[in-house]
Amino acid sequence: MSGTSHGIPAEAHVHRDDTGSRLGMWLFLFTELILFGGLFIVYAVYRFSHPDAFHLAAAELNTFVGTVNTIILLTSSLTVAMSITAMQEGRKAFALTLVGLTIALALAFLVNKYFEWGHKFDVGIYPGSPELLSQPQGVILYFGLYFIMTGLHALHVIIGMAVLMYVFNAIRRGTIHATSYVRLESGALYWHLVDIIWIFLFPLFYLLH
Amino acid sequence: MTQATVSAGARSRGFYGEKGKYSGIRGWIFSTDHKRIGLLYLVSMAGFFLLAVTFGVLMRLEMLSPGKTIMEPQTYNTLFTLHGIMMIFLFIIPGLPAVFGNFLLPLLIGARDVFFPRLNLLSWWLFITGGLLALVSVFLPGGAADTGWTFYVPYSIRTNTNVLPALFAAFILGFSSILTGLNFITTIHRMRAPGMGWFRMPLFVWSLYATAWIQVLATPIIGITLLLVALERWFGVGIFDPALGGDPVLYQHLFWIYSHPAVYIMILPGLGVASEILPVFARRTIFGYKFIAFSSVAIAGLGSLVWAHHMFTVGMSYTGMFVFSLLTFLVSIPSAIKIFNWIATLYKGSIVLDVPLLFILSFIVQFSIGGFTGLMLGALAVNIHVQDTYFVVGHFHYVMFGGTGFALFAAIHYWFPKMFGKMYRKGPAVLSWILATLGFNTLYMPFFFLGYMGMPRRYYDYLPEYQSFHVIATVGSWILVLGIIIMIVNLLYALKKGAPALANPWGGKTLEWTVPSPPPTENFATIPVVTTGPYDFSEYEQRPAEHS
Ligand code: HEM
Repeated sequence: MSGTSHGIPAEAHVHRDDTGSRLGMWLFLFTELILFGGLFIVYAVYRFSHPDAFHLAAAELNTFVGTVNTIILLTSSLTVAMSITAMQEGRKAFALTLVGLTIALALAFLVNKYFEWGHKFDVGIYPGSPELLSQPQGVILYFGLYFIMTGLHALHVIIGMAVLMYVFNAIRRGTIHATSYVRLESGALYWHLVDIIWIFLFPLFYLLH
Repeated sequence: MTQATVSAGARSRGFYGEKGKYSGIRGWIFSTDHKRIGLLYLVSMAGFFLLAVTFGVLMRLEMLSPGKTIMEPQTYNTLFTLHGIMMIFLFIIPGLPAVFGNFLLPLLIGARDVFFPRLNLLSWWLFITGGLLALVSVFLPGGAADTGWTFYVPYSIRTNTNVLPALFAAFILGFSSILTGLNFITTIHRMRAPGMGWFRMPLFVWSLYATAWIQVLATPIIGITLLLVALERWFGVGIFDPALGGDPVLYQHLFWIYSHPAVYIMILPGLGVASEILPVFARRTIFGYKFIAFSSVAIAGLGSLVWAHHMFTVGMSYTGMFVFSLLTFLVSIPSAIKIFNWIATLYKGSIVLDVPLLFILSFIVQFSIGGFTGLMLGALAVNIHVQDTYFVVGHFHYVMFGGTGFALFAAIHYWFPKMFGKMYRKGPAVLSWILATLGFNTLYMPFFFLGYMGMPRRYYDYLPEYQSFHVIATVGSWILVLGIIIMIVNLLYALKKGAPALANPWGGKTLEWTVPSPPPTENFATIPVVTTGPYDFSEYEQRPAEHS
């Protein structure tokens, strides 16, 4: 805030404070991290109490599909980060392409996820299914957590896509431009959050055998 | 700044006269002005409060005699559940921050609004949605939830009552609370008037700041926990269901990881109000400003580490119990620091015994009783004896109602002239204070004895030997309610017929008193430049103001 010794006249009221907006966004990201943090605690507790069953159940996930999805998300983080640089340099069309690409990658992730979940349902593994209930308790917990955590993450992917579409539109209409792009930054931050949560989900469910 | 300027706003209607995009009720529910949003919260919160008080009084009527007095056991179960949910999520958590924080934070720091005004309006909408959802659940088939406000599993996943709407109500209310916290932190960081360094902020702002951090950092945990219970009910995922391998104790941990810090969301702003009011009516600089400010932060930090003291009887390692008990005792240190500082502020002050100070005096005594009984509960041996008895119910009513509730009464009497530009009559206000304090203590003091004798909480029936204490308590509830009614009638009367209020009726030194009552639309014509600390009463003091 500009602190002149004479006080600030009323007209100066409509101020822009990107630092403040960014601060708000970071606080929001904290809350999201803690939301998932609760789930990570639950995961840790049950992994500790049922190590063998978790081991068994993890073998049933398809590591290949998981890896592909990880690569997709990492790439999308790259594209969205590049879009900020493009915007800073005033290359609007390029920025648009990059944001569009990010949205497309997000969609690809969801399609993969859809088939992955679909396959599990096909073989009778879903919460409360007779097949799952016949398994040891640790396996039930593992898949309960798997569906909840990847499901909640997918929900965040969808929200992230909506945010990016809004940003895309704003760039197109010119309300986000080379000297005012804090909304693009916030959208990208949100997208990185979606990415980072997956970076933890992937090893916990697919790799840790 | 001169004290006696009659405010121009007393004659104009300040921000009430604003011609916005909308008029009538829509001028309120779609307004992004922090003052209007604060008043929206005030009205909605007061409605929920009165309803929950009614439930409380009905419960007390039931407890007048052993056996069935006026209601069935199931009705009693739903009443304490609704009473708890509404009092916690709709009254005491949003009470001070959302009502007074919204109205006053920008005024106190010399700003024109909060940082995210539209987000602020969204918070209110979420608040009212959550509140209405909680009410609607009562009337849906299945009946109101009967789990207690704690939603403990496995009962909450087995009962056939409307637990889901109640869970979602709490979830939405949590979201609203997060957004308010986020908004306040950003506002305090970015919008303080020039010259207002961190240690020139009024102490209420410090307490809002600490509260906001807890709101932001703790609330998501309750969000995910309640969501898990909902998923458990829908799909039977097994996380909390012992039949599928889930661990109900884990639920309790997650619940209290939020809900204990939430207790400090409830009390910290109350402590802030006390620090705001005391110096004004003692005409002295607050004693130990920095200690009070940092103790808020210390309470917020330590308070996040004591959650398992609600669970001493569920089965925990002795090391765990020892550590949690020790941490519980440590929280009392910053709380006591505040009380000592307040008393030192009063000492040798030129005390003006006006209504806000009276409520604060009740607050200090009652909060101390609540705090001491909290220490008794934190002691492992005593805890085993009184866990889940009326002792606990007495303790938390003393802290939440005797503490925060009375701080809220003090706040409304202190800032009423500023908010509405009208003065209330002092006589009825003092009477309401006498009745509320008397009634409150008659109602809850017997709870400690009952609890110590073994009266369990959440029971609609009891053994005959408990009756005398129950009768005293029920009579107390009538006195208390009489006091509350007089208070409300007095304030409503002032709203209609009260004399115009001065800009600064109490001689306060913080920035809200430099603008007319009620404040104009954008608060400050020119943003003030701050050159002193918030409680500069040196003109009243012989010696130069103490600096700490
Ligand atoms: C006139 C005012 C009030 C009356 C008469 C009242 C009375 C009661 C009664 C009789 C119970 C049930 C005790 C039991 O059977 O276990 C209760 C529980 C409770 N009260 Fe109040 N109360 C009042 C105000 C408040 C306030 C202001 C708050 C919070 C700020 C509050 C928070 C609670 C909570 C959290 C519970 C526990 C509910 C549960 O067990 O799930 N009450 N109250």
